[in-house]
Amino acid sequence: MQPIISVKDLCKTYSSGFEALKSINLDVRKGEIFALLGPNGAGKTTLIGTICGIVNPTSGKITVAGHDIKADYRAARSMIGLVPQELTTNAFETVWGDVSFSRGLFGRKANPALIERILRDLSLWDKKDAKIITLSGGMKRRHMIAKALSHEPEILFLDEPTAGVDVELRRDMWNLVRTMRETGVTIILTTHYIEEAEEMADRIGVINKGELILVEEKAELMRNLGKKQLTLHLQAPLQEVPAALRDYQLELAGDGNDLVFTYDSRGERTGITALLADLGDAGIRFKDLQTSQSSLEEIFVNLVRDRT
Amino acid sequence: MNWRAVKAIYIFEMTRTFRTLLQSIVSPVISTSLYFVVFGTAIGSRINAIDGVDYGAFIVPGLIMLTLLTQSIANASFGIYFPKFSGTIYEVLSAPVSYLEVVLSYVGAAATKSIMIGLIILATASMFVSLRIDHPVFMLLFLVLTAVTFSLFGFIIGIWADGFEKLQLIPLLVVTPLTFLGGSFYSIDMLPPFWQTVSLFNPVVYLVSGFRWSFFSTADVGVGVSLAMTLAFLTACLAIVAWIFRTGYRLKT
Repeated sequence: MQPIISVKDLCKTYSSGFEALKSINLDVRKGEIFALLGPNGAGKTTLIGTICGIVNPTSGKITVAGHDIKADYRAARSMIGLVPQELTTNAFETVWGDVSFSRGLFGRKANPALIERILRDLSLWDKKDAKIITLSGGMKRRHMIAKALSHEPEILFLDEPTAGVDVELRRDMWNLVRTMRETGVTIILTTHYIEEAEEMADRIGVINKGELILVEEKAELMRNLGKKQLTLHLQAPLQEVPAALRDYQLELAGDGNDLVFTYDSRGERTGITALLADLGDAGIRFKDLQTSQSSLEEIFVNLVRDRT
Repeated sequence: MNWRAVKAIYIFEMTRTFRTLLQSIVSPVISTSLYFVVFGTAIGSRINAIDGVDYGAFIVPGLIMLTLLTQSIANASFGIYFPKFSGTIYEVLSAPVSYLEVVLSYVGAAATKSIMIGLIILATASMFVSLRIDHPVFMLLFLVLTAVTFSLFGFIIGIWADGFEKLQLIPLLVVTPLTFLGGSFYSIDMLPPFWQTVSLFNPVVYLVSGFRWSFFSTADVGVGVSLAMTLAFLTACLAIVAWIFRTGYRLKT
């Protein structure tokens, strides 16, 4: 299937000489929720800005549903709704007026019924005649989402949608994104909250210092996440793992004082009971044990650190 | 053409104008009325008629031009600078609108506003002095061309400016002196020959002269030259705007 967004060899160097994007290649599939994960300054916003037409790329090619974003910008941009990270609003306009303005800007015929539905879905209907400057931070964020949805986009970019919002609103936002996806909208969100990517995304891309260092199905990452380690602190150090225990693929650590067993916590049988029995048979005694699980956060931190 | 976008931006800008009615329309009308009181009635009654035109009436086209230029620049520069400053420009840049549509809507709204002000001042002036308009079609043509040209110029300043200070810099240091020295309050025939020649390098001279000709059929320079110079300035502004959008200068990083 043709990707809905295709980015090929995209580079962006700012006039200051800063290389914000280094040869990015990325395909986003139609209908998926794609999370772009990365620390501050990694290039997330630049990548989104380039696809949406706000930042001029230095080189490379981007197509949206087959439309080149330069040559065929009208078709490409008509499909995209963007919710930027900063709360930039037309402070003195009313909610209704400003959302209707966005729809017009994208060349769509006025549709008050649709705008009403969007505002109701986002719990902004009561505020439709309020000036934007009077809205709370959370409401402003929802207002910006309403603007992005006003022209019925097929692709929605959410740049740090839950930065600085409270837990309840964050849950609302996640529900909204899921509802949108059910209607067939492709969603690309950037975040530096691992939890958010974990909760929402179908696929995860990790970007750091302008390089896309990993793009993987979330399920795949979760499989790695599902791996746990059991560490046994031995009463007496071992020189090597006894041959009888070879099947467990144990590792010796801490100068032979620790035995480390990696297992899949999601499997029906983890092998822990059998291992402990076999250890007893082999005469290996331990004074303490602990289990640990590598989180997506650790994977992420390691990935980012390895590249530094 | 994405006419709906043009309409959306145009209405957005005009709504802003009417929301700030006092600042947008009432204040230029009051300040111009003060010019009439001071120059037209108080001082003007002691000045002889110029080219057979009573001094109070003679300054009307110049005063309208003065306001038209400053208002066109102020409206258009603020109209595009403010979204840049507040960040809301992202929406226009990411929308399926062409550069032509962006210019048409922003400059169109700024020009509309200054033409409205120009006409209001004309109406106000006619309460102070008796006016005649010999060539009404040319009067409107000069009014519209000047408003559009200087709104384009303002648009360029708004994009170039990266602070409120710069937004004021060119209007204050360049446009106001050129307008005052461009024959708004006098005929350049009244100047010594050397300064007459210098004045011919001032583009505002051509605007005021052409505009005054449409009222009283008298002009410092030929009306054809005035029209040609106005069109030349318009073309220059259009070329700069086209370059800005082609390169993304100060709009896209």
